[in-house]
Amino acid sequence: MSEFLEPFERMLESLSPPATVRSIEAGGDADALWNGIAESGFLDALVPEERGGAGLPLAEVCALWQALGRHAVPLPVGETMIARALLADAPDGPIALASAGPGAATVVPFGRVARHVLLEFGGRLCLVEASGEETGVAGSLAARMIWDAAPAEVVGAAPAGGLRAIAAVLRAALIAGAADRLTAMTAAYANERVQFGKPIGKQQALQQQMALMAEDMVACRIAAQLGCAGDLQPGLVAAATAKSIASTAAARLAATAHAVHGAIGISEEYDLQLYTRRLHEWRLADGSETYWNRLLGAARLGDARGSVDYVREAL
Amino acid sequence: MPVFDTLSLASLPQADEAIRPAIRAIAAEAAAAAGADRRARSWQGYDPAFSRRLGEAGFLGLTLPERYGGHGRGPFARFVVVEELLGIGAPVAAHWIADRQSAPLILNFGNEAQREFYLPRIARGEIFFCIGMSEPGSGSDLASVRTRAERTESGWRVNGQKIWTSGAPHCDYMIALLRTSGSAEDRHAGLSQLIIDLKAPGVTIRPIRDLAGDEHFAEVFFEDVDLPADALIGNEGEGWKQVTAELAFERSGPERIYSSVVLLDAWVRHLQAVGRDDPATLALVGDFTARLGVLRAMSIACTARLAAGESPVTEASLVKDLGTAFEQQLPVAIGDDLAAHPDQAVDAELYRTLLYVTHVAPSFSLRGGTREILRGIIARGMGLR
Repeated sequence: MSEFLEPFERMLESLSPPATVRSIEAGGDADALWNGIAESGFLDALVPEERGGAGLPLAEVCALWQALGRHAVPLPVGETMIARALLADAPDGPIALASAGPGAATVVPFGRVARHVLLEFGGRLCLVEASGEETGVAGSLAARMIWDAAPAEVVGAAPAGGLRAIAAVLRAALIAGAADRLTAMTAAYANERVQFGKPIGKQQALQQQMALMAEDMVACRIAAQLGCAGDLQPGLVAAATAKSIASTAAARLAATAHAVHGAIGISEEYDLQLYTRRLHEWRLADGSETYWNRLLGAARLGDARGSVDYVREAL
Repeated sequence: MPVFDTLSLASLPQADEAIRPAIRAIAAEAAAAAGADRRARSWQGYDPAFSRRLGEAGFLGLTLPERYGGHGRGPFARFVVVEELLGIGAPVAAHWIADRQSAPLILNFGNEAQREFYLPRIARGEIFFCIGMSEPGSGSDLASVRTRAERTESGWRVNGQKIWTSGAPHCDYMIALLRTSGSAEDRHAGLSQLIIDLKAPGVTIRPIRDLAGDEHFAEVFFEDVDLPADALIGNEGEGWKQVTAELAFERSGPERIYSSVVLLDAWVRHLQAVGRDDPATLALVGDFTARLGVLRAMSIACTARLAAGESPVTEASLVKDLGTAFEQQLPVAIGDDLAAHPDQAVDAELYRTLLYVTHVAPSFSLRGGTREILRGIIARGMGLR
């Protein structure tokens, strides 16, 4: 386990409690949170040491990304880590990631709270100022953005495999972190909530569903770790596996967490929704399970190896 | 969830990967002549000559110390060997139980004489074991077993019956969970494990034919079967504890994710042959590929806990439940896919393989602990009681 995880997690606990998350989602000022995270130095976790960063391998940063999901951090911290590693001269402030084609509206995660967007457009990376319209979805930090033509602010060629691949791996890690928090919250609630004279967690029907949550949670974590086993240019098989598994599990995890919590889980004041809303948004962002399954299926059918050899050698 | 935090990505050590080419060559020999429907039987496929060949080549008893005829390797080496055997569908039933769980049990709980007597022959593929757990009235409620072993002047006398005992008709010994004191109401107390020589007078074995026409499991009757004192393995009255440790070995291996992989490969080859690449087909292939990759990584993560000297009972249950769900979904989805394309002829071998796996798939989540029992174990691991 990364030695950096504990201080990072401690920082998020103090800087990004649910009240802060809600305030920023409601349009409140995010500068204090951003400055606190920026001062910690973690934004340069992936930047090579010769450029003044920490030069951590992605496998180690995976745990930090999961922590961001576990705390529902309302800023593009993982995205900015990627952008700062890819850009020789990154601007200050939060940076969102997007992959888009001409004229197609794109939902950019954290687009509302980002200052810049690192955009892959026509095979090139561009760094543009974040501007778009709100999605109109309650509490969402995403924004809808449209680029009709290639932006002038080209900063380089797109990474091999595309920006979407590493963004999908980040999304898988965020899902894994939120899944961890959601599973713990739901187990704790099941042990507290009494109906029919005993905690509902004693009901076998409920225990069986909770066991599936644990399975999905662990599968998400391992999938995210597989996606993060390489560098910022993950191979298709690794990226697709990570996002396919995490996206499929995200919807199931949210459904069971809500089913166990009952009506209170739907309420705004209860924290559950901070995580389930994110699971659904992250499931859709950077390609759903079927998007990645199609790409992975095409690669698999073009390969003569047996299935076990294929996953063993390609992952 | 702290209890599952230890399940984390691990990789197979180079030294263990290094044995892959040799076991692959032997597995390929055994599988070469067999059609996919035969290979799909894999750990139901009985071939004692192949098991002895594995023993001679040093692929049995991998995790046993060398002084007992083993090879002093760890769980990772065994993972590589098992993966190669199951990935191609080699016939491993003869030695399967002895190698996977009887040998570790004897090593962990047996006395020196028992180790020296049994382990070298297991490692040579000369003696085969089965597990005597289920009884007509004791399935998931294993602690309710009624078959008894009474102390005699010279040892033990066994009376009762086991059922659904895989491999019993071909095996030399059974390690049975028996009641040695008290009654079924005493639950976990008073249970012990005994090694029963299946050739002893008073043992009757009746094979049970399964729905696929195979006879791999059996009823085993004990009528005044006299056993020597050293038939007891481990300590009297600690059978439950020993069985629990044994089940961690039984539940955590790659056999819990690969039961349908011969079918998966046969289907992929069919798709490649007919050149089908519509979006729905690609998505289905991709879904299976992603899940196989993650399940394999989860199984290796669990193996890493075994290698660290732990007994990952909860973690193994989690991987097994997710793995068998995958194994069971494959024949359902592949059947639908093939029959949704009636103009693309399915050859007879693929069809037989599909229906064989479809018919036996319910057993995947019965053997080694039912889905409901495993989920109960996971729920307890989550702190639900």
